[in-house]
Amino acid sequence: MSLLQVKNLHTSFFTDSGEVHAVNGVSFNLDKGKVLGIVGESGSGKSVTAYSILQILTEPGRITEGEVLFDGADIRKYSKSQMRAFRGSKISIIFQDPMTSLNPVYTVGNQLCEAIRLHSNRTRRQAHERAVEMLRLVGVNEPEKRVRQYPHELSGGMRQRVMIAMALACEPDILIADEPTTALDVTIQAQILELMQELQRKLGMAIIMITHDLGVIAEMCDEIIVMYAGRVCERGTSDAIFYHPCHEYTKGLLRSIPKISKNHEKLVPISGSPVDLLNLPGGCAFAPRCEKAMKICLSRQPEEIPINDEQIAACWMNVRNVYDEAAKGGERP
Amino acid sequence: MSEHLLEVKDLKQHFPVRTGFMKKTMLKAVDGVSFCIDEGETLGLVGESGCGKTTVGRTILRLYEPTGGEVRYKGNLITRDNIEQYRREMQIVFQDPYSSLNPRMTVADIVGEPLDIHHLYKTKAERQEKIVRLLDLVGLNSDHARRYAHEFSGGQRQRIGIARALAVGPRFIVCDEPVSALDVSIQAQIINTFEELQERLGIAYLFIAHDLLVVQHMSRRIAVMYLGRIVESAPSDEIIDRPIHPYMQSLISAIPIPDPDTARARHRIPLEGDVPSPLNMPSGCAFRTRCRYATEQCARECPALRETGDGHFVACWHPQA
Repeated sequence: MSLLQVKNLHTSFFTDSGEVHAVNGVSFNLDKGKVLGIVGESGSGKSVTAYSILQILTEPGRITEGEVLFDGADIRKYSKSQMRAFRGSKISIIFQDPMTSLNPVYTVGNQLCEAIRLHSNRTRRQAHERAVEMLRLVGVNEPEKRVRQYPHELSGGMRQRVMIAMALACEPDILIADEPTTALDVTIQAQILELMQELQRKLGMAIIMITHDLGVIAEMCDEIIVMYAGRVCERGTSDAIFYHPCHEYTKGLLRSIPKISKNHEKLVPISGSPVDLLNLPGGCAFAPRCEKAMKICLSRQPEEIPINDEQIAACWMNVRNVYDEAAKGGERP
Repeated sequence: MSEHLLEVKDLKQHFPVRTGFMKKTMLKAVDGVSFCIDEGETLGLVGESGCGKTTVGRTILRLYEPTGGEVRYKGNLITRDNIEQYRREMQIVFQDPYSSLNPRMTVADIVGEPLDIHHLYKTKAERQEKIVRLLDLVGLNSDHARRYAHEFSGGQRQRIGIARALAVGPRFIVCDEPVSALDVSIQAQIINTFEELQERLGIAYLFIAHDLLVVQHMSRRIAVMYLGRIVESAPSDEIIDRPIHPYMQSLISAIPIPDPDTARARHRIPLEGDVPSPLNMPSGCAFRTRCRYATEQCARECPALRETGDGHFVACWHPQA
């Protein structure tokens, strides 16, 4: 059984102007020690999916449907205090902005110890030792000095290391990284990604990597989920997604990023504007921007169709391809 | 007289920063930058945050008065007194499409304002006609003219910003991280818009960005900055394939490549530590504190930018060819 199972998750934000459908039926499994990437543009629901799993949605957000199973137990049924104990020790999260996710008026050590003591019955001194040990683990130099410093005394990369140390202090089974390197420079990003890979191998935890950067996804992940308008477009192994994309949106994304190449071929952008989550179209959410949209795309939402053992895609084109091939072979599907 | 459209020579921009009571330190944001841009060409300027790339762009346009050095446009020296007449030739597109457009003005007024300032029309009808043509040029239509900036998505707002820059018919545009704030699928739309405009109108760009893949796609030549100086510049394919400066080598090896096989095959050249504070710069070569090849000479003297062959320039005592 998978470590984490998300089944048909729906999350909405009930705003004054109406219900914003941020997540619309997301399902996936995550096995022990695997790295799962969730990629999508802003507003695709990738962060909200993570927040829903941990139940840290802010008002007026609410999970409206679906199950989140951790080790087989539905954590949506957990009480508030059960959930508080669960976060951090089983699943923890690091956020995009290391500047704002640390408290500026407490020292780094203070904040680390707080997290450690909340989730274990260590004494103050033991917690302090653990904090120093964690900082050393994530490659912070002079950890004994750093624990006494305030966040503003550290650089962006150092702060993100502190966040990672905090998230890993209680040895969670799953680490959710929500755009962990977006605010960082390329060379610092490389350091942090390398660190995460190294820790993942060392500690054997599973990682959910949320990002809009296809490059980061390609470097890090075993399996990839591509999201659009709160739905899973396509799910598959890293190779399958990059080399055999089966959803028109994934294909469009891959065509629209510049690659290192000599011939400077023109980029092929996805036309149109991002979808309005207040007024989701009836059929496939991507249909208004899709070049290959058919009649059925506008009226019926595509199911998640398995392409092979390691890939599924929610795109009607795949059904059509099956028919086309069958027609070529002269048999009825 | 020189053939270049724009020539920047030994440009310096130092900002005084209060570092204590009654104490001021000079922050050398840009410290001796030289390059030229030809008619209809794109020069890419890359570097990490705080390296001074944005300041270079703004100082060229005299949005800041430079501390030293000179900027020549078609051979003519630009000074504080004559910059007004060059505003029609040189424009800028800003990074943030949200804060760079006035929320109280309609799109027609935003795009029309440069026309008003430079008296580029005789009748109201002519103004309207020009605005519609500009919007059409960047892929918007006349219906959009009466709306306000907040009614548009990020990509469309950036188009409005481009239309505003194009209004006066410039020959040169500073593009200051114009696609960094946009989603991937929208990024490609804006990049293509820039390229199409260059093909049609022959505008030269200084394309400033931190994303090497985007810059490589856009530019014929690339210059790399580190702490206020250009450390390497070369034709864009050359610099990506054969970087010489140890910083550029690390930078290129650090770009996440959207291709799992390539990502698995290559190995990174890790950079230790962080960029030093520009208030407290290392002596000699600014990169030596993070450089694997640093020697005593690097601490003593700052290397000058010199040509190693065929338009490839590098500022390093130990170039790694």
